[in-house]
Amino acid sequence: MAETTRHEIMLGEGAGTGTGQDLKLGMGPAHPAMHGIIRIVADLDGEIIRKADVEIGYLHRAFEKDCEVGGWNNAIPYTDRLNYVSPLINNFAYASAVEKLLGIDVTERCKYIRTIMSEISRVCDHLTCVGASSMELGAFTVFLYMIKAREFLWELVEDVTGARLTISYGRVGGVKADLPEGFEAKVRTAFKQTREVLDEVHRLLTGNRIFMDRMIGVGALSREETIAYGITGPLLRAAGVPYDVRRAAPHWAYDRVDFEVVTQQAGDNYARYLVRMGEMEQSMRIAEHALATIPGGPINVDFEGRAIDPAAYVDQGKQGKTEGLLLVPIRLSPNLQGQNKPVYDRVNAGDKRVVLPPKETTYGSIEGLMNHFMLIMEGYGIRPPAGEAYFASEGANGELGFYVVSDGGDRPYRVRCRPPCLPPMAALHRMVEGEMVADLIPTFGSVNMIGGELDR
Amino acid sequence: MDGAAILDRLRTRFGAALVETHAHQGDHTAVVEHAAIVDVLRFCRDEPDLAFDMLSDLTAVDFLKFPGREDGPRFEVVYHLYSLRHNHRVRLKVRVDEDVAAVPTAVDVWPIANWLEREVWDMFGIRFEGHPDLRRLLMYEEFVGHPLRKDYPINRRQPLIGPKI
Repeated sequence: MAETTRHEIMLGEGAGTGTGQDLKLGMGPAHPAMHGIIRIVADLDGEIIRKADVEIGYLHRAFEKDCEVGGWNNAIPYTDRLNYVSPLINNFAYASAVEKLLGIDVTERCKYIRTIMSEISRVCDHLTCVGASSMELGAFTVFLYMIKAREFLWELVEDVTGARLTISYGRVGGVKADLPEGFEAKVRTAFKQTREVLDEVHRLLTGNRIFMDRMIGVGALSREETIAYGITGPLLRAAGVPYDVRRAAPHWAYDRVDFEVVTQQAGDNYARYLVRMGEMEQSMRIAEHALATIPGGPINVDFEGRAIDPAAYVDQGKQGKTEGLLLVPIRLSPNLQGQNKPVYDRVNAGDKRVVLPPKETTYGSIEGLMNHFMLIMEGYGIRPPAGEAYFASEGANGELGFYVVSDGGDRPYRVRCRPPCLPPMAALHRMVEGEMVADLIPTFGSVNMIGGELDR
Repeated sequence: MDGAAILDRLRTRFGAALVETHAHQGDHTAVVEHAAIVDVLRFCRDEPDLAFDMLSDLTAVDFLKFPGREDGPRFEVVYHLYSLRHNHRVRLKVRVDEDVAAVPTAVDVWPIANWLEREVWDMFGIRFEGHPDLRRLLMYEEFVGHPLRKDYPINRRQPLIGPKI
C-alpha cells in the first residue's frame, strides 16, 4: 500500500495493463458491505482478485479462557455469544458435551425441546444469512421480509426463554424451563407466516435474472477441496455431500423425526442459497413433527387445590414457615417465576450431582437446600470425572463441536469450541481468487461468517 | 469400523509409535509418537477402510496444572478426524514437552490445518515445523505471550497498540 497513490486506489490505474503490478486493496475491518468485522487484503489486477489474505480475530474475547474460570454451568451464557443468531444450538451442544463427559442422559422431553428449539434457531440463522446477503446484492425487500419472519420466530424464542438473543436456556442435565402454555399453536402461526415469507422470497429471488447472474458459478469450490478444508454444513451439502450431523450421528430426538438432507451439486453461491432455503422448510418440518410427538403432552397447569403466588411461597419459606408447604400443590409459571415441580422432572435429568433442585424444594426442605448449596458453592458444583469428550451437533453453519476436558474439579479444565464457520473462512481465499471484486460480496455472504464463533 | 477396530488397525501398522490408546465415553483416542504424527495422519486419510477425509478439529491442551500430570509433557496437541465415507471418528494426540514445543505440520495432509495450527501457535505457543505461514490467527502480532497457557493470568492487560493520536 505504501507505494500506491490515492489516485491509484480510486481507479486501479496501472493494474490490468500487463505491467504485472497488482494493486493492494484492504477491505475492512469495518466495511459497509461486510457483516462482521474481518479484513481482506486483496491483490487486484484490474477488477480481478489475484490473491486474497483473510485476517480474523477482531472479535476475539477469550471465550475458551473465560470458560476455565467459572463452574461448568457458568459457561452457558458465554456460549450464547458464540453464534449470536442461533444461540440455542450452542447452549445445547455445550450442555450435551458436558453430559457426555458425565455419562448422564437427559429426559425424553428435554431432548425434544432441544430439537424443537434448535430447529427454530436454525431457521432464524438461515433467514438472517439469506436476507443479509441478498440485501448486499440490492434486494432490500428480501431483507425486510426475512427479518420480519425472523421476528415471528424470535417471539417464539422469547416466549420460551424470556430473552431474544442472550437466552442462556440450556443447562447441563436439562433446560431452564419447560415450554410455555399454548406453544404449539404459536409455533403453528409463526411457521405459517414464515412459509408465506419464504414463498415470497422464492418468487422474488430464485428465478430472478440479476440474482442468478450474480450467484451462479460464483464462489464455487470443488467437492474435494470443500472436504479437504473441513467445511461442513450448508456449504458442504451445496457441493453434493449429504453430510449432516443430525443424520450421521443422531443426537437428541433427530432419529425420531422425519426430514431430508437437502443437497445441491454445483457448490457455488446459488447452490448454497438453494440449500439454505430448502433447509428452512426441513427445519420447520422437524419442529412440527417433534411438537406433535413430544412426550409428556401439553403442560397441565390447572392443578387442583390452592394456588400460591411463587413470591409469597418463597417468602414463607425464607421465614421458616415450611410446615406443610411441600404438600401444597402450587401453580407456578413454568418459565420465569419459579419452577413447577412436576414439569421440572420432565425436562431435567434426575441426577442430583448435576441439576439444581426446584426452588420449592430448595426453600421448602433441608435436603433441597443442601443439594442447592452443593451445586452452587465454590469447590463443589458439577464435578465430572477426569477425562475428555468431544460432542458434535449440527449448528446452522455446520458441525458445531465442543471438546471438553475435566480434571475432576468443579470448573472446566479446557473447553474447545470447533467453530463451524472457521473452515469456510480459511478457504475463502480459494473461493474468491480469480473472480471479480464485486463477487467477493455474495461469496462472503454465502459463507455466513459469524464473528462471535469465528473469533471466540 | 468401530473405534476399537480403528485403534487395532493403527496399532498393527505403527506398533511402538502408538504410545497409548484409550476410549473415554465412547471417544477412541490414540496417543502418537511425536515424529510419527504426520505419517499416522496420512495413513488415516489414505487407507481405504479408514478414509478419514476430514480434519474436524485441531487444538491443544496445556497440562501444567492438571492433577498428576504437572511433571509430564506439558502440552497435548489434539486432532479430531472424521470419515465421511464410513461415518466414524477417532482422536489422535501428540504429547509435547515445553522446551521442545514443536510438532510437524499437517498442512500437506489437509489445508485446513493451516489456520488451525496458526491458532494453536497463537494460543499455546506450540510451533509447527514446516508450516508455510505461522502467524498469529486471532491475536495481533504485537501481543506478548500465549493466552490459553495455564500460566497466562486471565486478568493480564497488554498495552494498546496502534497509531498515537
